[in-house]
Amino acid sequence: MSETLDKSSLLFDTADWDFETLQHALDAIEDIALNDLGLNIYPNQIEIISSEQMLDAYSSHGMPLMYRHWSFGKHFARDQMMYQKGYSGLAYEIVINSNPCIAYLMEENTMTMQALVMAHASFGHNHFFKNNYLFRQWTDADGILSYLDFAKKYIAKCEDEYGLEEVESILDAAHALMDQGVFRYNRPPRLSEADKMAKLAARAAHEELTFNDIWRTLPNQEEDDETAEERQLEVRNIKLPEENLLYFIEKASPILRPWQRELVRIVRNMAQYFYPQKQTKVMNEGCATFVHHYIMNELYDQGLIGEGAMMEFMHSHSSVVFQPEFDDPRYSGINPYALGFAMMEDLKRICEEPTEEDAEWFPEIAGHGDWRAVLKDAWANYRDESFILQYLSPKVMRDFRMFAIADDAAESHVEVAAIHDERGFRRVRERLSGMYDLGMHDPNIQVVAADLEGDRTLRLRHDVHNGRTLSDQTKEAVMTHIEALWGHEVVLMDGDKEA
Amino acid sequence: MQLSHFIDRRKNPKGKSLGNRQRFLKRAKAQIKEAVNKSLRERSLKEIDKGEKISIPSKSTAEPRFRLDPEKGQRGVVHPGNKEFGAGDRIKKPPKGAGKGKGKKASTDGDSEDSFQFTLTQDEFLDIFFEDLELPNLVKRSLKEIKAYAYKRAGITVAGSPTNMNLVRTMRNAHGRRLALRRPSTKEMNALKERLFELERIAQPDEDQVAEIKDIIEKLESMEKRRRWAPFIDPLDVRYNAYEPTPVETTAAVMFCLMDVSGSMGEREKDLAKRFYMLLYLFLKRRYERVEVVFIRHTHHAEEVDEETFFYSRQSGGTVVSTALDKMLEVQKDRFPAHEWNIYVAQASDGFTQSGDAKACVELLRNAVMPISQYYAYIEILDERELEVFSSDDSGAELWRAYRGFAPAWPNFAQTRIARPQDIFPVFRELFAKNKREAA
Repeated sequence: MSETLDKSSLLFDTADWDFETLQHALDAIEDIALNDLGLNIYPNQIEIISSEQMLDAYSSHGMPLMYRHWSFGKHFARDQMMYQKGYSGLAYEIVINSNPCIAYLMEENTMTMQALVMAHASFGHNHFFKNNYLFRQWTDADGILSYLDFAKKYIAKCEDEYGLEEVESILDAAHALMDQGVFRYNRPPRLSEADKMAKLAARAAHEELTFNDIWRTLPNQEEDDETAEERQLEVRNIKLPEENLLYFIEKASPILRPWQRELVRIVRNMAQYFYPQKQTKVMNEGCATFVHHYIMNELYDQGLIGEGAMMEFMHSHSSVVFQPEFDDPRYSGINPYALGFAMMEDLKRICEEPTEEDAEWFPEIAGHGDWRAVLKDAWANYRDESFILQYLSPKVMRDFRMFAIADDAAESHVEVAAIHDERGFRRVRERLSGMYDLGMHDPNIQVVAADLEGDRTLRLRHDVHNGRTLSDQTKEAVMTHIEALWGHEVVLMDGDKEA
Repeated sequence: MQLSHFIDRRKNPKGKSLGNRQRFLKRAKAQIKEAVNKSLRERSLKEIDKGEKISIPSKSTAEPRFRLDPEKGQRGVVHPGNKEFGAGDRIKKPPKGAGKGKGKKASTDGDSEDSFQFTLTQDEFLDIFFEDLELPNLVKRSLKEIKAYAYKRAGITVAGSPTNMNLVRTMRNAHGRRLALRRPSTKEMNALKERLFELERIAQPDEDQVAEIKDIIEKLESMEKRRRWAPFIDPLDVRYNAYEPTPVETTAAVMFCLMDVSGSMGEREKDLAKRFYMLLYLFLKRRYERVEVVFIRHTHHAEEVDEETFFYSRQSGGTVVSTALDKMLEVQKDRFPAHEWNIYVAQASDGFTQSGDAKACVELLRNAVMPISQYYAYIEILDERELEVFSSDDSGAELWRAYRGFAPAWPNFAQTRIARPQDIFPVFRELFAKNKREAA
């Protein structure tokens, strides 16, 4: 009797979904997300796509529109083969940091998975995108879609006008420098996004207006005096050393033509747009996983989803947060979902049921009571590196049984530097935090000098940390690309920072 | 405020990344071509028109970035799952591999870096195959074309479009059902109605007649009800003619591949010959539902072999071409009667044969082979240098000269000399032209 009653109150009771069911589920999820968790989100745009479209999205960084380049075709070819041969599955969703926040759901997902994915992407990731300081500071969720549209059209136009090979060679070279094409710490004064868009449009219109077929026979289309002067001024304002190679090249390269500068700029903007995501993998996934876990459990407690759906959810959730141990053949590093989720859950526990250890390690939040506020503060104001350094608790280190390894390439042995014990907690935490510091992993290469008046040599310096020099395998190829963009000699030196 | 909405994108056009794929194929063209050529050598004749998984060296499509050398400097890494380590323990690194202490992982990663694997579609594969052969576009298209199908009757179904309704079946079913359900017929009802009118026309009916009228009206009403319940035609009765796509031609062809495998035929020669056979096979496959391939190799004696042996094993001996023709005729008589099979013969040779044998060949061709063959193509494989020497069609090795004298009498005989892949196609030109006339 009571079972039939229960059934009628469920949001869904089959694996199949339709748009009506999706809407009901979304309403219920939204209610918990906004009124219970108090998330602050962009409007959601949820798109249902087929597996082939998912593959398409994979190959272009998950973006709904992207300029054309062979490397995306290459990734597509590989992903497609991997998928068709069954080597790898597809993600259940892709979510884009834009306003409105676009999330892709696969049509093959069961209804339970759709609910899980909506909670995960459209509320978890969405809240993180909107509130985290890195995204707020460095990315423009309102403008990204129109900017991509502009970039795609602009590059297509350049291909028509200057030929595929010309465009490709610039894009290839710029792609090689994407890791060195971001501002890490300080950004130069720049136009607001809206101004920038207007200026770009004006620039494109101007080019069209002044287009003259005779000019095409001239060796170089020069920029007009005004823009050249403006650019020179910007170049003079760059204080060396400059960490953003693409920015420096875009502004100061002696040989690039205006449209080529624009291409470099597009690639640089893409790199900058994706940079916060690289720095917040653990937090972003942790936040989204925590949110979906909380919401699905809440739905179950309110009697809105049945036992079967809950079992399916638990199965899927536990495989997402599964952390193989270091000697497991499946091990490939720390799973950001597992670590992020564990830390978020742990923060909640510290707020609600602190132990003595917690009180000692986290006096300001232990027993705080309002875990929602604590979590939201963490989501807003940290990135992986600082979050781990601040909030990784001894309990999580014990649960993961973490140990730190010191590895000197010159030695025949590696040393266990610290383990999850009283003496080792702080060192393990520092090491782990260091692993998420991109500054330590992406080679730190700076422009130290550029002789713009004389022989135009560009001098770069690689700041070496801990004796880790550049790999020779790719160095030459990348240097060739830089020279193509710079047009004159480029010198790369190793500088030992500690020395 | 409505914060969320859904969009169904599944119906959006597919192939969004097609442009990217074309750019990628163009980029890696040289490597892909090499891989395709390699796979041509390896794949069997009959698999020529399948898509193919190929792998190309990843260097050609590398996307280089600055990387830190994994073999230099000091690193600190945190791993989960400690079982027995204590602080200060020292663990020996595995002998080979990265400093991470994970030799296995480093090597598997390393392997996948060396080559890039992906799948070419059938179209892309054939395009690259054709490229070397310099086929005219029309021919390319017609080779890739999928066979035309005609719809043939294939029984009766319960679903279909109204135009395909089978009236006889439908009515027969309806009739049976009407009988089974005792649907009152119109005739029966008309009879009753007539009787009713008759009765009603009587000015003063007696009691019996009134009762009869009542009875008839009741009867008519119940019949009317029954008719509604058991209609004249019910959806259950409807049957449609079913049609099934069937290939237009169901004829069969047999293709005899004859090749000289004496020492003078090296790998290059065999490779060229293989492309020649492949092209013929593709062509035949398009025209015939069933294509059998027979491989006959010869030195001074001939034998039927499988494809593997045909292309890859070597044999030494003299060269007597006529033995291959004898063998071919023997196999043909045995298994492929001329009235059931279209017979195609493709012969590849370097042009040398024992003196006097050429005459025997021509005799065999004239008397036995040509009368039963649809088409006979002979290619002589030369060095590029030789091709220049033999610029005139009249000079050449013995076999060539003998065939020259014989060819004009037979329009379905083609001969050519090839030194490069693009020389192959002209052999077939006549064949395709003929086909075009047939189609017109």
